[in-house]
Parts: sequence; structure tokens; C-alpha cells
Amino acid sequence: MAQRSRLHVPRPPARPGEEPDFSYLSLSPAGAVPRPDARAPARTVESLGRDLVRVLDEEGRAVGPWNPHLEPEELQVALRHMLLTRLFDDRMQRMQRQGRISFYMKSTGEEAVSVAQGMALQPGDMLFPSYRNQGLFIVRGRSLVDLMCQCLSNTRDMCRGRQMPIMYHWGAGNIFSISGNLATQFPQAVGWAMAAAIKGEDHIAAAWIGEGASAEADFHHGMTFAGVYQAPVILNIVNNQWAISTFQGFAGGERRNFAEYGPGYGIPGVRVDGNDFLAVYGVTRWAAERARQSGGPTLIEHVTYRAGAHSTSDDPSRYRPKEEGSAWPLGDPIARLKQHLIGLGEWSEERHAALEKQLEAHVLACWKEAAAFGTLTEGPTLDPATMFEDVFHDMPPHLARQREELMRLAAAQPARGSPEERSLDSRSAAVAKEG
Amino acid sequence: MAHMNMVQALNSAMDIMLERDPRVVVLGEDVGYFGGVFRCTDGLQRKYGEHRVLDTPIAEGGIVAAAIGMGVNGLKPVAEIQFADYIYPAFDQIVSELARLRYRTAGEFSAPVTIRTPCGGGIRGGQTHSQSPEGIFTHVCGIKVVMPSNPYDAKGLLISSIEDEDPVVFFEPKRLYNGPFDGDPHKPAVPWSTHPKGAVPDGYYKVSLSKAEIVRPGNDVTVLAYGTMVHVAEAAVRLANVDAEIIDVRALAPLDTDTLCSSVCKTGRCVIVHEATRYSGFGAELAATVQEECFWHLEAPIARVTGWDTPYPHAFEWEYFPGPARIAAALTRVLEDR
Repeated sequence: MAQRSRLHVPRPPARPGEEPDFSYLSLSPAGAVPRPDARAPARTVESLGRDLVRVLDEEGRAVGPWNPHLEPEELQVALRHMLLTRLFDDRMQRMQRQGRISFYMKSTGEEAVSVAQGMALQPGDMLFPSYRNQGLFIVRGRSLVDLMCQCLSNTRDMCRGRQMPIMYHWGAGNIFSISGNLATQFPQAVGWAMAAAIKGEDHIAAAWIGEGASAEADFHHGMTFAGVYQAPVILNIVNNQWAISTFQGFAGGERRNFAEYGPGYGIPGVRVDGNDFLAVYGVTRWAAERARQSGGPTLIEHVTYRAGAHSTSDDPSRYRPKEEGSAWPLGDPIARLKQHLIGLGEWSEERHAALEKQLEAHVLACWKEAAAFGTLTEGPTLDPATMFEDVFHDMPPHLARQREELMRLAAAQPARGSPEERSLDSRSAAVAKEG
Repeated sequence: MAHMNMVQALNSAMDIMLERDPRVVVLGEDVGYFGGVFRCTDGLQRKYGEHRVLDTPIAEGGIVAAAIGMGVNGLKPVAEIQFADYIYPAFDQIVSELARLRYRTAGEFSAPVTIRTPCGGGIRGGQTHSQSPEGIFTHVCGIKVVMPSNPYDAKGLLISSIEDEDPVVFFEPKRLYNGPFDGDPHKPAVPWSTHPKGAVPDGYYKVSLSKAEIVRPGNDVTVLAYGTMVHVAEAAVRLANVDAEIIDVRALAPLDTDTLCSSVCKTGRCVIVHEATRYSGFGAELAATVQEECFWHLEAPIARVTGWDTPYPHAFEWEYFPGPARIAAALTRVLEDR
């Protein structure tokens, strides 16, 4: 009898109440994957997309050819950046819960991706982040106060109140604007890299998206253009297993690794342990060296785990087992680098605790400084008339007219939060009740 | 002063800008070695090399995204979308990225990209080679939208667009590439060499991105048109034998409200003409603006003559096209109660 065709609808290995199961992940032992020459043709390095590049072993020792052999001082800086990123995230999450900011997205568990890559690249390299790359801003030295003021949409907000929290940018720091529309930055980064090559400069570009967003056309546009023109760009897929409630199988992860997209476009694809600072650093160095020597683009898949919720609007306990995070086989990036440094005799639990305390105090001090420029609930506030600026380079007459209209209305109304306004509010509430 | 058709005028604009400004690059499908399916970039790659005049993969979203990245990195990209009908895969990059980059970064980033794209019907292109989607783009804050109606303006407007700090979507009415088509497909084609606006300076000059032009002064009724319809409106005015003032809108966004509305306030009557479909078309914005600014001067309801609200049908192109007879009828109607 002929069989009817049936759809395969992917299902995650475990739902709430079920035993977490990561047996679908294929893991290579630390140090086991060979490191080819950075100029090796894409065709000869296809196995890099099937294996998993790891440097730190179970005991926290750095092994194998991808070890970047960093000085202990550099590793301590890396640990500090990762810890600061995590503590910054924790503080901002709490501030959202208290109603001081409207929204937040933590990068907990994924700090090694941004911090290792930010450190492995050069300051002149242009970064096109996704929304979970706050570590890049921290590595490049943007003050936490500035990031917090953006989240607060206050009078010091770099976006002048025009963007949701976390949609940072930094022109002087060579970090592009974060877009809420996923994957758009991927082909833009390729265009930036093409321009660098056209101008004969040796800066490269790097872009990040999640594994879920690799289903967007923009991912494929970026890959096509990067492959065709051999643009000097590093394209990163951060595979944290979850796109809100959608597990990586819905982006095609059941049948191939995301790094294996690379060879289809003529681009090397490297799959790396995203929670292993040294492995991410080593792979990024390899890709950067390749790009700078006209070797073209590299696709890197970072295998990691989204330890927290997608955002403050999300509740992962509704779609994945609560214990999944503790069952994750690649551990925590901060704990692993800490273990490595302790093994080297260059760190200790005491120093770690002291650093954590010091950074917590720093984050709190930054928050107090930022909140003085205004929060959602307390002034000072931005002038709404500024909303008409920057739509165009020069304000056209129709926007000038609309701005005048708004200012006339504002002038006729009591200021926000003034006693006059509050009494108006109670009157309109009374009217609404009667109505 | 040379005579140029619109293709040559556009080519000249890009040639001059590639020569004057090393930041200018041209990219798009078939634009390089081949010189474009309409020949607008003919010879440019030979002259400026394949790093400045780039053939691209067939991926409009990728073309615009790459142009944005290039713009952010200090270049001035001129991207060609082969037909306006193919622009939709790039829509998100235009609307969510290109148009709003300056705004969302409070001026720290911007991408001065010019997107050239041939639009309009009259070439037996059916529904995938005939559309006029300008109204979709005028609704987007942060991009400028222009459409020239002749070679002189085409060159001057394109140079202005490339030099502009803001992104521009530059619609080229492809039926006008070779001559001032007046809406009658059965008449022998008229070349641009017979038209005063076919006289185009060889060198650099600009036409403002924010000024409409009165192409025929008149007293009894104002016709607002752009692109191909400017010439069709001229034919209609001759046919109806009325003293109409025809305005070539040219800059759709931002709009030169003053030129448009002073004319309507003078004539008291207004006919709006475009080839695009009517419902929520750009004519609705024009009609609303005229109503707001000229209400007490209006002697008759504002009339719109547009493409019907159907996809562009291959076999019924001339029944669909808002030709001189339909425009003449509208002119007669708004002048009826004089």
C-alpha cells in the first residue's frame, strides 16, 4: 500500500516536566580538532563544520592546536569583562522588574562569545552585533552609564529616546546599531567589508545572529555576497539552542550543524564550543587572519546555551525543562575560565569573590549615576520636540510644521507630572467613570 | 549642449559622479560588464573598473543591504533594482534599515544610498514589469522619493540624489527612456532629440530634490502629474482644449507643497494623475494636501485619474493605462460648472 506523505514537525528533546536531553549534540574532545592553515581552501576544511573546536578540557587545562596561548593577564581581563557583563545584565534585569526600565535581554551563559571575539579582533574592525552581544560594548570600553542611559531612554540616551532598551550603537567604538528586525545586519556587514576592500583598507567586519534568525533571507543574502566576493568578514551564528520558545530544530538544526551552511556557500564553517573562551578566541583569530590575508569570509557557529529567558517578557518554564540549564554539557563560560586560571595558579576563589564584589559596587554606582539623568518613572525627561530631528539630515518643511504643532500643544498643557496635570488626570478619570 | 535620451542622461550622471567622487560605486544585477538591461550603466565598468561598478547576485535584499553597509563605511552607493516590480525583497532593508538608520542612532550612523529603479507600464511588461510602487515608499519616513519626467531632470536629479546625505529611491519611468511618450501607443515614437528637455549639458549640474516644476502655465485648472503622466497630461490638455497649468511634481517626498498649492489656489480646480493604482495611491496624499491648503479656493471636487485598482494586465495594457482620453474627460468634468 502506498504511504501518504507526512510532514516532519520538529520537536525539542524535552518539554517542561521531562528529563533534559542533550544527546543530539555531537561533541569532540578538547584538543582533538586539527587547526588547518588560515589560508586553506574552503573545500579542504569542511570537517570543521562537523566537529567541535574545544581548547579547555574537563579539568580546565588548555589543550590542542587552537589554544591561542594568551598571557594570564589577558585571561584575567577576559574574566573581568565576562563577569562585568553578567553583573550588568543582572542589575538591569532587576531594574526592569522594579519598573525602572521597560524591557531587557540578558546574555547570561553566552558571555564568552562577545568577550572572546571582541578581544580577538582589532579596534578598527567593525562589529555588527545582535541583541545579545552587550559584551562587545564592554570589551571596547563603552561606559556602563551610557548603556544604562540608553535603556532608561533618559536625557543622556545615545538614541534620544527613539529605541527600546538594549538597541545600542557606538560610532566612535566601531559598533553598528542593533536592529530589532533580525538578521538585517548580516548582509550589511558584508557590504561594509566589501567597502573596506574596495577602499584598500585592511579592517574587517564581524556580524552576529542567533541560530533562529539564520532562517531569514538576510542570512542567506549575507552568505551569498560574502562567498561570491570573498569579503573580509566573520559571520557568526550564536546557536544558543532556543529562539524564544522555538528550539534550534526549527531552523534546520536537526539534520546538519549551522556551521555546515558555510561549505554550501564556498565559505569555511567552523563549529566551536561557545562556552570555551579560549576556543572562541582561537577560532576568531584564525578567521580574522584569513580575512586580512584576502582569504575571504568565515562562518562560525558558537555552540552555547541561553541560560536565561529570551527577554524580560518571556517565561521559559512554559516550554523547556527548568533543569535544562544545569544539564547543559558545555558548562558555564565564566566558571570554566576561572577554573583554568586557578589551575594556572593565576587566580583564586578569594580573588574571584573580591572582584565580583568590586564589580557589583561599580555597576550599582553606574546605575545611580545613570538614573540621575532620568528613569521611566522619574524625570528629567527628553524634550519631545527632538523626535522630529534626524529623520532627514535637514528637517524638511512638513516636519518643521508638525514640530510646531506639537510644541503649541505642549505649551498649552501643564508639564508632565506637574500638580496641574495630576489634577487633570483625576478629573478625566472621574469623567471616564461617569461615562 | 548635447541631445540625450533619458538612458544617456542617467548614464552621464553616474559617469560624472564616478569621476568626481571616489566614494561613488554602482552595483546591481547586470549593471557591470553588460551595462544594464536598459543600458543605463553602459561602459561604466570599462571606465571605472569592476570594484566600482559591480555586478551582483540576483538578490535585491542583498543588494540594498550591501549598499547600506558600504554607505556606513563611507561610500556613496548607487544601487540599481532592475525593475521596480523586483524591489519588494529589499523592502525590509529599505524601510526598517536604510530609512531609519540616522534616526535610530541619533545621527551617528547613516547610509547615503541611492536606489535607481525603472517603473511604469506601456512596454507590454505585464504585472511583473509595469508597476509604479512609488506611493508605498512615500509612506516611509526617512527616504526621499523622486521621479523625473525628462532627460534634463533625470540627470540633474540623479546627481542631486547621489550627493544627498539622505537615502533616495529614484524611480525611472521606463516608457520615457527613449522619448516623451504622450499616451498614444499607435503613434510613431517621438525621440527626445525633438524635445527641449532632451537638451542636456555634458557636465555637472543639479536639479533640486525638493522643487516641483510648472511645465505648462495656465489659469483654469491645475494638473498634478509626474513621470510619464506629465507628457500624457500635456496631450490631454491639448485634446480637451483647456487652459490648464501642468505641474511636474518631481519630488514626491518631501513634497513641494507651496508650488502645488499656489497653483490650485490660483486656478481653483485640480486634477491629479498617476499611473499607479488609485486606492491609497500617492494621489490620495496630493488630494488631501490640496484640500487642506486650498479648500476655500476650490470650485469643484478634486479629480483623480489613475491606473485601475487591479494588477497591471498584460493584454489590456491600454485600457488600464490612464491615457489622454481619460484625463481629458476629467478636465472637462471639473470645468463643467464654470
